[in-house]
Amino acid sequence: MVRFENVGLRYGLGPEILRDLSFMIPAHSFQFLTGPSGAGKTSLLKLLFLSLRPTRGLVNLFGHDVSLLSKDEIANLRKRIGIVLQDFRLLDHMTTYENVALPFRVMGRDESSYRREVIDLLKWVGLGERMDALPPILSGGEKQRAAIARAVISRPHLLLADEPTGNVDPTLGRRLLRLFIELNKSGTAVVIATHDINLMDQYEARRLVLHQGRLHIYE
Amino acid sequence: MARNTSPIVPRSSIAGRALVAVVAIMTFLASMTTGAVLLVSASAAEWQSDVASEITVQVRPAQGRDLEHDTQAVADAMRGQAGIVDVRPFTKEESDKLLEPWLGTGISFDELPVPRVIVAQVQPGAELDLAALRSRVTQVTPTASVDDHRAWIDRMRSMTGATVFAGVGILALVTIATIISVSFATRGAMAASRPIVEVLHFVGAGDRYIASRFLRHFLMLGLQGGMIGGGAAMLVFGFSESIAGWFSGTPVGDQFAALLGTFSLRPSGYLALAAQAVMIAAITAWASRRTLFATLDDIE
Repeated sequence: MVRFENVGLRYGLGPEILRDLSFMIPAHSFQFLTGPSGAGKTSLLKLLFLSLRPTRGLVNLFGHDVSLLSKDEIANLRKRIGIVLQDFRLLDHMTTYENVALPFRVMGRDESSYRREVIDLLKWVGLGERMDALPPILSGGEKQRAAIARAVISRPHLLLADEPTGNVDPTLGRRLLRLFIELNKSGTAVVIATHDINLMDQYEARRLVLHQGRLHIYE
Repeated sequence: MARNTSPIVPRSSIAGRALVAVVAIMTFLASMTTGAVLLVSASAAEWQSDVASEITVQVRPAQGRDLEHDTQAVADAMRGQAGIVDVRPFTKEESDKLLEPWLGTGISFDELPVPRVIVAQVQPGAELDLAALRSRVTQVTPTASVDDHRAWIDRMRSMTGATVFAGVGILALVTIATIISVSFATRGAMAASRPIVEVLHFVGAGDRYIASRFLRHFLMLGLQGGMIGGGAAMLVFGFSESIAGWFSGTPVGDQFAALLGTFSLRPSGYLALAAQAVMIAAITAWASRRTLFATLDDIE
């Protein structure tokens, strides 16, 4: 599904922050991406999401060499990827329901075809009562759950999550992890970037550890 | 019941009122320019056709010659010329009256060598042989001279040309200013909406999808501005006709009427103004589309 070969990344003329990354993310797989702060986890997620281009090396996503893709083709590939960022990126002028339904709306689907699905997921993540609330009045944890719901609603082939349990209590963290596991069982490859050792200890999965720009894989 | 009621791009993220005002002012200026150019060209065409359909012969008095007889002889000679349909020699009283605006009334013109004027109407579309007419007239009376107003017509033609040229120049400047203002407004709106664009990219929206969401707003704003500016210009032209009516009979009103006619635009003129307003709305949409895609390219 994803293949990196000798990938390097630098910002501008600065030093290389990711070096010689060579790894694969198979379909239906589950992995944690971890490492100390500043190791480049978010940059690696951005490479996987195609919002950054590598300075060198080959990135192959869903069978496409990303260096050869046009902007439209990248937009189409992104429809198969869900992403949860640390800063949530919810649209403040839209309700929680509208934010979560956004991927379907962009696909041009009729609202009646997905309304039930969105409501059920919102209830599942504990936002059933906050469907009509605007993001500015949601707590940090609620925003995080809304962002996760938006990333998983369209059942992406690949889910990328950056510290998805950073703002929630341990109980809810376990609940969200279960959501990711369920999603993985239904066919989505999952990459969770996290510092949270407790979270990683709760589920036996492959670990990608970034250290000083290099990647070490523990199967 | 549908729960997706919020627009993807909130209207408040676009500095709408300012842009509508800019487009309205630009459309108003462009419409006033176009209207003025249309008025001047129409009036100039009228003067030209009036003047071109007439020639004037002046018979100067000379010692030992009978002016009355000379005038009659020249008028007869002119009547025989092909292309001339009507000849009217001015009488002595009429000729004296022509001088009244300069010399006043109550003066005896008997002692003054006042020339006599003969006005002839030329058949519309006929090719008048001026050289033949000149030689024929001077054969009859050596003191007669023919004036076909060519110098006037040439001057008028160059004045109309200059007015139209200036009008087109102003229109071009207004169009460029509109494009620049709209591009700035679009860039501003895009800068304010950058977080929205980024999220739309995250959920897989392509540039065309995002641009179409913004473009609809800009087209509506352009149409609104175009209608306000174009409508105001049409009102000005409509009312100026009534205002000119109030001043008719006064010296100023008569001067204007003599120069520019009734100030009234023909229906085709109003149509041209409406078409121009739509064109400016289209330019607004085009300029924002161009800026949108250029800006979207920079947002990952």
